[in-house]
Amino acid sequence: MAFALVFPLFFLFVVSSGLDPVSSLPGFPADSYVDFMFAIPFVHGALFTALNSAIELGRDIDTGFLNRIALTPARGIAIMLGNLAGGVALVMIQYCIYFVGGLLMGAHFEAGLLGVPVLFVLAALGAVAIGAAGMTVALRSGSPEAVQGIFPLFFVGLFLSSMNMPRNLIENSWFQWIATVNPVSYLIEGLRSLIVAGWDLETLAIGYGVALGAIALALSVSARAFRARMTRT
Amino acid sequence: MPRSRAWTGHRYVSAVSAIVAERLVREFKAVRAVDGIDLEVADGEIYGFLGPNGAGKSTTVHMLTTLMPPTGGRAVVGGYDVVKDGPKVRELIGAALQEAALDPFLTGRDHVRLQASLHGLSRTERASRGDELLERVGLTDAADRKVRTYSGGMKRRLDLALALLHGPSILFLDEPTTGLDPQSRNALWVEVARLAREDGVTVFLTTQYLEEADVLADRVGIIDFGRIVAEGTPAELKAAIGRPTVQVAPSDPDERESIVKTLDRFGSPVEAEPGRLAVRLDAGYDLADVVRALDNERLKVMHLELDEPSLDDVFLAKTGHRLEGQADAQPEPVGA
Repeated sequence: MAFALVFPLFFLFVVSSGLDPVSSLPGFPADSYVDFMFAIPFVHGALFTALNSAIELGRDIDTGFLNRIALTPARGIAIMLGNLAGGVALVMIQYCIYFVGGLLMGAHFEAGLLGVPVLFVLAALGAVAIGAAGMTVALRSGSPEAVQGIFPLFFVGLFLSSMNMPRNLIENSWFQWIATVNPVSYLIEGLRSLIVAGWDLETLAIGYGVALGAIALALSVSARAFRARMTRT
Repeated sequence: MPRSRAWTGHRYVSAVSAIVAERLVREFKAVRAVDGIDLEVADGEIYGFLGPNGAGKSTTVHMLTTLMPPTGGRAVVGGYDVVKDGPKVRELIGAALQEAALDPFLTGRDHVRLQASLHGLSRTERASRGDELLERVGLTDAADRKVRTYSGGMKRRLDLALALLHGPSILFLDEPTTGLDPQSRNALWVEVARLAREDGVTVFLTTQYLEEADVLADRVGIIDFGRIVAEGTPAELKAAIGRPTVQVAPSDPDERESIVKTLDRFGSPVEAEPGRLAVRLDAGYDLADVVRALDNERLKVMHLELDEPSLDDVFLAKTGHRLEGQADAQPEPVGA
């Protein structure tokens, strides 16, 4: 958890300090780069924590601990959701720390107090989607190492999005195209809209829609993987 | 109405069956890991399931504990079908599987609390039952230490405590003493025997260790390549193989053929240790007859011993190969 707390804030500090001149670009949507990047620790935190939960699930399968739980009356859906809920609970604590850390670094939050839970919930939905995807890998492979192995893919997916630059200012056409089709962009933009614009309901709705859609897809795949893994009668 | 009882050979057990398997099969793609097993375990009995790695022991246990559905046949545990009534079966059984299945970052007490809450025990019951079982397996002092600091024997004892937490009437132990030192192994045997004799728990125990089956089990089923090749009490199985074996080490290699001819008068030749000759004595002959015959022929031997049949001999007679020597290999994987 220490890494999941420190790295996102460190990343925010480094990029917002070093790249602040980017905010002077014509059409840049935020007054400062730290405002623009304030959403990113929430996504990083979701990624680290959700994948750690999936790694732990892989370890539980590898050590036979899942079999021990399978022998109890605990229902399969409860085991799955419990794993995800544990990750969400942890990530919520992290979000509080990122929020305070970002404010201390000079970020502004346009949506006000009411926007805080909206921000946290949207970011948590992202954590659930990533967690469910990681869970699928853990269930199919039965290996914590396999889940660790997919971490770079998620990180690449983050970078090939509007994480560092608004989509309309990405000059490279293939990068812009990838960022446009990458659902992570819409999650980030939904979070960012609360920070930079306040209540941009359209962008927020798209962010929530993408997160919920990703959850629906990831949960259905992981449920199938769970049924295949836990073949108890 | 009095409960009907059956004599196992050294104690009475209930004649009601706790576990019944009929033509039980489990296939994995091209591999038939369990190939039509029929068995019955009486209520309160300790049943030893003996076989080498890859024989199908763990796969059978996984089916009987509802962790894996059979691909053929049926099994009834505690009166409930393992496929149709999985949840009811799980209420009645406890299982300590091949892997100790413990989280190294939790303490022993954490494990007990987690398991107890998953089984629906109340908060008070969790504490009292947990303390009772930790004391019973000798882990009270270590209960608040993380499991990663536990020895192999301690982990196995915790595993057993967790399997017993909800008071099951049927206990499955899958190679519970593999990898343990003799002291830890004996301690576990004492506890398993106590569970059956004092608490009336039915125990289904898989093992590669002949001594374990011999000492603990009321009845033994020997499994090889997915099939039960012999079943009975240890005494019955050994008596069926029957006769003792005399093993001789010739002093003079040139007399080997003469010794073979002499021994052949008393029984059938069997596999012997390198450099030795062995014969299974026919009925009516004993060691003294062999010694007298060798003496009369003035044949000198360096070493002579009488071997009573062991479960390994039973295994050899039934399968054509020995079980001993395979016991320290890696644990049997479940399925293909």
